[in-house]
Amino acid sequence: MNNILNEIGIENYIFLSVILFSIGVFGVLYRRNAIIVFMSIEIMLNAVNLLFVAFSTYHQDAQGQIFVFFSMAVAAAEVAVGLAILVSIFRNLGSIDINNLKNLKG
Amino acid sequence: MSTILIIFCFLSAITLATAFMTIFSKNPIHSALYLVVCFFSIAGHYLLLNSQFLAVVHIIVYSGAIMILFLFTIMLMNLNKENEVHKPRITRLGAIVSFCLICLVLLAVFMNSKPIIGPYDFTGQDYQSIKVLGKVLLNEYMVPFEFASILLLVAMIGTVLLSKKEKTEK
Repeated sequence: MNNILNEIGIENYIFLSVILFSIGVFGVLYRRNAIIVFMSIEIMLNAVNLLFVAFSTYHQDAQGQIFVFFSMAVAAAEVAVGLAILVSIFRNLGSIDINNLKNLKG
Repeated sequence: MSTILIIFCFLSAITLATAFMTIFSKNPIHSALYLVVCFFSIAGHYLLLNSQFLAVVHIIVYSGAIMILFLFTIMLMNLNKENEVHKPRITRLGAIVSFCLICLVLLAVFMNSKPIIGPYDFTGQDYQSIKVLGKVLLNEYMVPFEFASILLLVAMIGTVLLSKKEKTEK
């Protein structure tokens, strides 16, 4: 297991997280359901975390993993607050279609 | 093809396919379940990189906490009906084109820029066991660690306040 990056190569991890991040961007642009948009944001966060862990292994340094740890804490807080906002939007508007959120449009 | 490379390709295929299915499936509950599979395969990647602590934390936090939160929200809103209106066709086409472009540009950049990647030499030093991680976390990163706890407390209070029913004025 020690020579894992010799066998796989750091480039493959870079490509994988690039594609995963692009899928997240695509989901944000493609769907109208606000919950799916949230899930796409989670996918983007995970792509970046994966690259952090890969480079932490590459440099043999623990700091990348510490950063991923903090980013997981922030992601958990963000999801909790975001879903609470979605619930209150649903209570007021009756749907979470992001095209209905036009109150600030003027 | 070594065994590790085959495992890596298999996990990557699962990750990408379930990420796509998350976006494309019509039922939000199916989306959430595909996302659980995606998170599990990312935890498999972490295990492959020999960082066991992060893999376990990832499974607990993402597949456990966050996805339960998503599923409960979906059930609370009664969204499990498949009558969602799609975006207009031109917007969807634009989304697909921008996805292809961002993929192409980023992949081309990382393929052609030839970053300086030296050969990976393993020094045998222990850097990612729970013992080392705990020492680093509680020595160098003590203050951010405490701030993370404050952040979680603030998020909890904010969530309770936001989702509380407002009292109607009488």
